[in-house]
Amino acid sequence: MPITPDHTIYWQWGFMHLNATIVYTWAVMLLLTLVSWLVTRRLDGADEHRSRWQNALEAIVEAIRGQIRQMCPQGADTYLPFIGTLFLFIALSNLLEIVPGWHAPTGSLSTTSALAICVGVAVPVFGILRQGLAGYFRHYLKPSFIMLPFHLISETSRNLALAIRLFGNIMSGSIMVAILLAIAPLFFPLLMHALGLMIGLIQAYIFAVLAMVYIAAAVQSHREQEGETHG
Amino acid sequence: MDSMTVMGVASIAGAAACMAIGSIAPALGEGRAIQQALSSIAQQPDEAGTISRTLFIGLAMIESIAIYCFVISLILIYANPFWNHVIAK
Repeated sequence: MPITPDHTIYWQWGFMHLNATIVYTWAVMLLLTLVSWLVTRRLDGADEHRSRWQNALEAIVEAIRGQIRQMCPQGADTYLPFIGTLFLFIALSNLLEIVPGWHAPTGSLSTTSALAICVGVAVPVFGILRQGLAGYFRHYLKPSFIMLPFHLISETSRNLALAIRLFGNIMSGSIMVAILLAIAPLFFPLLMHALGLMIGLIQAYIFAVLAMVYIAAAVQSHREQEGETHG
Repeated sequence: MDSMTVMGVASIAGAAACMAIGSIAPALGEGRAIQQALSSIAQQPDEAGTISRTLFIGLAMIESIAIYCFVISLILIYANPFWNHVIAK
């Protein structure tokens, strides 16, 4: 039983392998870009002539922006493209598991590691943009320089956990369905599949929320955190 | 028993034990977290959004311990690093 779509290789040329993960990632990217392009081709500001597709996209974007604004009230629009892209990509690739023969690219450790590395790069970038180089790196030395290795360990391990959490949940869902199909073929796999869809959506939400929480912790300086009470 | 049999038995038993023992503590922890969150929501329904968002983040943190166990079990069963050593012998 293949536990990751990395081992399914469609095309090979020299050292380049075109495996299922890359192909299905491209499919998700194509779908997202194509639908967004088709919908936003003729945008209409007037309230009466809004198409239903435009309405749907606006609802999604507004919901994500609202969530971000609750966690980081100032400058929510700065993080909307990054967090929104993460959420939409993970959610779509998980939800498309209802298509027969679909291998979710998030069920491969390479995809989730890449996403976690994106978050790991974005956190210091946003922090430095907001507070400056010295202001960002000063929080590594708080409360004293003895805490420096612990800060580094915690940042590394939380990114590792981000990657492995998504991979473990999605991959275990697809493996469970495959095993149940062999044991009890008719009804029970259906239930587990529905549960897997729900878990996929929740994991997309958790990934986006955790990325936003890490970014919010990096951009809010010590002084601001003392003044505000929101968590 | 040759070393290959010992290896297989040890891997599968280790994977099962890792999953069984390793999921006890996260399950208890998640139960406590959800219990507290539910009673908090019952006391302050206005704060349900904030409480449930924090609950989700906390559950994800607790769950990652169980997921580490799961990954170790999978490595033991599907990608055991000692198999090549045993097979080569």
